Amino acid sequence: MDEKKLAIIATKGSLDWAYPPLILGSTAAALGYEVEIFFTFYGLQMLRKNANLKVTPLGNPGMPMPMNMDKWFPVLGTALPGMEAVMTAMMKKKMADKGVASIEELRELCQEADVRFIACQMTVDLFDLNPAEFIDGVEFAGAARFFEFAGQSDICLYI
Amino acid sequence: MADFDQELDASGLNCPLPILRAKKALTGMESGKVLHIIATDPGSVKDFEAFAKQTGNELMESKEEGGKFHFLIQKA
Repeated sequence: MDEKKLAIIATKGSLDWAYPPLILGSTAAALGYEVEIFFTFYGLQMLRKNANLKVTPLGNPGMPMPMNMDKWFPVLGTALPGMEAVMTAMMKKKMADKGVASIEELRELCQEADVRFIACQMTVDLFDLNPAEFIDGVEFAGAARFFEFAGQSDICLYI
Repeated sequence: MADFDQELDASGLNCPLPILRAKKALTGMESGKVLHIIATDPGSVKDFEAFAKQTGNELMESKEEGGKFHFLIQKA
C-alpha cells in the first residue's frame, strides 16, 4: 500500500491558529501519512525556538472572554491594553488544565514522526527573520518546492 | 479485560496526545503484542476506532470503566 500524503500550508502566527496544522500533521503521521508543512508569512512564528505565540480576542467575536467582558465592552474591551497578555495567559492555563499539548510539544512530536517542516524563504527575507532563531531540521525553500510534494498529495490544506 | 503485554496511561491527556503516545508505544512493540491504553478523553473512543482502521492494528476491545476508557490494540 502506498503511503498517503498530506500537505499543509500554515499561514497564521497566533497561539490558537498554530494548533490545527501541528495537530493534523502529527496525527496524520501517526496514521502512516507522509506529511509536509509549508510555513509562510505569520506561520513562520511557529518555527522560532522561542515561539512565544499569543492569542488575541480583538476582532474575534467567537472567542469566549472572562466575566462576559465581550458583552459589556463589545469592541473596546478586547482592545484594552494588556488584554492580549491576559487572554494568552488564560488560554495557556486552560490548555494545561485540560491536557492539551503545548505548541512546542506538538512541534517536537511532528519532527519525531518525520513530518517535514519547510520555511518560506521569501517570507524569511521579507521580514528579515534570522534562520538561527528557528528550530533545527527546517528546510528553507520556495513555492515550487511545496508543489513538488503537494502535487502528489491526497489531502492538501491551507490554514 | 483480556491479557496485554504493555500498558499506556494517557489519562488527563487531550487530542491528539493519546493517539500519538499509542502510536509511539506500538512502534516499539513486536507484531502480535497487545497494548492496553487508558484514557479520559471521550473523543478517544472514536479516535482509536479510526486509528485501528487506518493503521491495520486491531482494536480488540474498547470499553468504559470507572469514568475511564480502556482500549486493547494488537499490533499488526
